[in-house]
Amino acid sequence: MIAFEYLEHTADVMFRAYGETAEEMLSNAASALFKAMVDPTTIVAQERWTVELEGDDLEDLAYKWLSEMIFLFETESAVFSTFSMRLVEDSRIKLYAEIGGERIDLSRHAFENEVKAVTRHKFGIKKNQIWCIQVVLDV
Amino acid sequence: MEDTSKNLCKIDDNIYEVPLGYQPGMRVPGRVFVSAALRDMVEPGTVDQVANVATLPGIVKYSMAMPDAHLGYGFPIGGVAAFREEGGIISPGGVGFDINCGVRLLRSDLRAEAVQPRINTLIDALFQAIPSGLGATGRLHATDKQLTEAFVSGARWAVEEGYGFESDLTHCEESGGMAGADPDQVSLKARKRGRPQLGTLGSGNHFLEIQKVEEIYDPAVAQQFGLFQGQITVMIHCGSRGAGHQICTDHLDVLSRAVRKYNIDIPDKQLACAPLGSPEARHYFGGMVCAANYAWANRHIIAHWTREVFEKYFPGSRLDLVYDVAHNVAKIEEHNVDGKRERLYVHRKGATRAFGPSRDEVPAAYRSVGQPVIIPGSMGTSSYVLCGSDAALDLTFGSACHGAGRVMSRSQALKQFTGKNVKAALDKQGIVVKATSPGMLAEEAPQVYKPSGDVVDVVHNLGIATRVARLVPLGVSKG
Repeated sequence: MIAFEYLEHTADVMFRAYGETAEEMLSNAASALFKAMVDPTTIVAQERWTVELEGDDLEDLAYKWLSEMIFLFETESAVFSTFSMRLVEDSRIKLYAEIGGERIDLSRHAFENEVKAVTRHKFGIKKNQIWCIQVVLDV
Repeated sequence: MEDTSKNLCKIDDNIYEVPLGYQPGMRVPGRVFVSAALRDMVEPGTVDQVANVATLPGIVKYSMAMPDAHLGYGFPIGGVAAFREEGGIISPGGVGFDINCGVRLLRSDLRAEAVQPRINTLIDALFQAIPSGLGATGRLHATDKQLTEAFVSGARWAVEEGYGFESDLTHCEESGGMAGADPDQVSLKARKRGRPQLGTLGSGNHFLEIQKVEEIYDPAVAQQFGLFQGQITVMIHCGSRGAGHQICTDHLDVLSRAVRKYNIDIPDKQLACAPLGSPEARHYFGGMVCAANYAWANRHIIAHWTREVFEKYFPGSRLDLVYDVAHNVAKIEEHNVDGKRERLYVHRKGATRAFGPSRDEVPAAYRSVGQPVIIPGSMGTSSYVLCGSDAALDLTFGSACHGAGRVMSRSQALKQFTGKNVKAALDKQGIVVKATSPGMLAEEAPQVYKPSGDVVDVVHNLGIATRVARLVPLGVSKG
């Protein structure tokens, strides 16, 4: 199983991320989001942040999760490369994550794009043998 | 009518129709304004997006796409659609995340010969003076109260704070501030993103460019706009930064629920919307106006710092505002529909307003000719100034294109170009480029866009807006 792949889109960045579990898929989606901006091998996960979110369902939560990555990227001036999480489902679905990364250092982090937002265009999650999320990012 | 391979039916030169029935649920046909040559560059996905918009409730006349149309999310880029107040909707999919991304053009009283020899120094100084690029924070350090005032009053707030002049406001779309802002609709997250970024250029396709007026097509109108051959101008292209992106993200969440609540069928989740008059629609509009006003304040402050740099290197020189246009926004406007005057919510996503002399919205200084329509070129290519016309009102609700329009994806661009060779190619043409993230130059290479002249020709030939001047870049500062 590949973690994620980018698809052709004229103006924006489109990707699919996969996982054996929903958690793995969401973690791979976050990796795809950051790789669209900067080479992940240049990111050292030397700081930790915690993220707690909840959504109506997995799709709603996934949208909030990726949007939160952009919010943290901008307000913390940081890029992230490790994402570990736990999902808890009752009437709503909750996410508890710990993410690792570091503050942006333009001398080491060569950006190719800046992701502005996660769009809902063609946004969706499917589960067959494995989990798959499709995302279009506004860059 | 002649059928084309892309299900676009030719109606007239430069006008193609997406017929009813192209997609189920279309309430009106689509109209794509392209030349025969540009038609072949319109991807099938773009036509689908035009058709998707045509299914939305209360849409009037046509779902339209300007000649620079290309694949977007929700609306296509270059999409224009108007919705009745009664029975219509408002959708962030017709505005985009970068609310009031727009262009401001300043005219100097300097000639190119005086500026060109010092272009390197000038671009370096502008690059230093105007924060740009990833993680850039402003020189402004706005307080929470100031941020609220920027959301409510836009560029007027900035003038009151000592940036720029009163005359800037009379030469700006909406006088630099739209009515209807509701700061309660701006989340803490949007404020947190927006506060440090007020007075920053951003990255991606945003830029500040020093240009020379290369060619005048219409001397009388050019004179009215204060433009002459050989003149130095400055173009600023940016938007509402993280504030706008977050406001859109937050309201998209609310409107996705509203679609279920009001039972609206949408073919694309990005077209989430709410019926006009509903609380969800009012709240989105109030938040969107805050972002639009933030963007006008932002471009205004950047223009002020640009003036300071010019004053240092060319003491006594002037930089007056020609005009400032929004190209991602929804507006309440009156238009004639079937012989009746109606209040409509006109969505322009990657499209510029192009009002002619009959409209009160055109500043007094330009009322005799029509508003300036500013069309930035891609990096290294010509930009154009056009003049809005009354003919556009019937054809496109008074709208024109907003730029050249992409033809190549970012990933393809990165395969074909590197930031280094793009910079070298521009250097060869005598265009100085300074960028915080040189890697980003690759995906903005001039070749990834349609030729801006071809796009402008369509607008001119349709009479939507007429050519006034062509501007060429001398130096560019990018994020």
